[in-house]
Amino acid sequence: MIEVEGLYKSFNDKHVLNDINLKFEPGKPNLVIGSSGSGKSVLLKCLVGLLQPDTGNIRYDNRLLGTMDYKERQILRREIGMLFQNNALFDSLTVEENIEFPLKMFSDLKASDRIARVNECLAKVNLVNCNSKYPSEISGGMKKRVGIARAIALPIKYLFCDEPNSGLDPLTSRVIDDLLVQITEDLGITTVINSHDMKTVADIGHKIIFIYQGKVGWVGSNDHLERGYDENPALSAFFKASF
Amino acid sequence: MSFFTELGRFAIFMRYVLKRPQKWPVFWKITFREMHNIGIESLLVVMLIATFTGAVTTIQTANQLLTPSDLFPTQLIPKFVVGAVVSTSAILELAPTVTCLVLAGKIGANIASEIGNKKISEQIDAYEVMGINSASFVALPKIVAGLIMIPSLIIVANFLLLYGGILATKFTSALTLDDLVEGARMVFHAEYVKIMLIKGFIFAFLITSLSSFQGYYTEGGALEVGEAGTKAVTKICIAILFFDLVIAQIFLGL
Repeated sequence: MIEVEGLYKSFNDKHVLNDINLKFEPGKPNLVIGSSGSGKSVLLKCLVGLLQPDTGNIRYDNRLLGTMDYKERQILRREIGMLFQNNALFDSLTVEENIEFPLKMFSDLKASDRIARVNECLAKVNLVNCNSKYPSEISGGMKKRVGIARAIALPIKYLFCDEPNSGLDPLTSRVIDDLLVQITEDLGITTVINSHDMKTVADIGHKIIFIYQGKVGWVGSNDHLERGYDENPALSAFFKASF
Repeated sequence: MSFFTELGRFAIFMRYVLKRPQKWPVFWKITFREMHNIGIESLLVVMLIATFTGAVTTIQTANQLLTPSDLFPTQLIPKFVVGAVVSTSAILELAPTVTCLVLAGKIGANIASEIGNKKISEQIDAYEVMGINSASFVALPKIVAGLIMIPSLIIVANFLLLYGGILATKFTSALTLDDLVEGARMVFHAEYVKIMLIKGFIFAFLITSLSSFQGYYTEGGALEVGEAGTKAVTKICIAILFFDLVIAQIFLGL
């Protein structure tokens, strides 16, 4: 489980995160929602250690991120997979090489075993016959799938997705959502998804965290969204503006 | 940003860069690719520049030293002096400094843009999230490749500068090949080659490390990536000229 306690983050005089306290549930997709500039991406970057919070604690199964040295962080990060907003695929490598990359770096698998694992991951995200293609030669939806396949190539415990549906058509968005739910359940991992797609929220939001002006505005599940609209006018306005 | 802040950031960057690679086979594979990019891809331009510079330097030096004037009548300066001046200039200055200033433009801008592009497209973040020391992963192979290939290019440039000088004797009646060779032999010291190689290693480090540093801290978009390339070249050129002076003073200063 990932726990966040009293997290603050500011850039110069701008307070982006103010006293964030959260628990992310394992085995289910945890959705972080909020308007642009609300602090979702900053929260995600703090969670994976790409940004250093001003104060506050982040615990990965009782391991405190803030007190880890660089080497300990590197070890923790091998348990983390991340799908970036712009995919962050290595453009000089083929699809196969992109997915093989973490295996090459952190496993002792033979080349043939690595390729078998790559094909297994590609099958999991329903991609076939694109091993030798470069990222520039595939569509946006395929890039997202390759990003997911690369993220799960190693045996991870935590998956972070920053806007997995951005730039995708509604149909492909649903495919990616279903894929993330399926992978989360199959692997039993803790998945944190940043999104402002309310369709995604309604479909797969087993745990929803609404960030508003750098604070946790509301926490609940998609079953309780209606109640959330009554409890939190900002969430209601955000939902209405989405349709 | 002040000079000292920038220097501090560079020191911190290098602290991460100069770490043991996490996977040696991957490191060497990337390093060999970088050796090709830095060395083989630059060979033609270095060969052309060195040959022409050698020829032009010989013609101009001969013109200045051997043309009669009121102050220096021709007969006072032996022709082999031209060979001595050209060969010494080639070894001590033209081969290492001019070659590296050219490589700063070619390799430096390329490295800064490549790493800058990785930074803005979140590829650097992807390395970090995977648990890879991103600074070392992207910069160390380039630095090692530069330290091997740039001094090698300088040695090639040195030979071609002298060859350019030999070619020039074919086009001028003022100087013969024997004059040139005699002068070069007369003033040659093995110490000069050592200084040339010291310059080569230091300049190679400056080109690859400063451009990697500039690229690694790029923020923004395509415009900033372009700016990173330009800034890298400017900083490398200033650093090369400064260290050129320092090395000359240390080894040759009277």
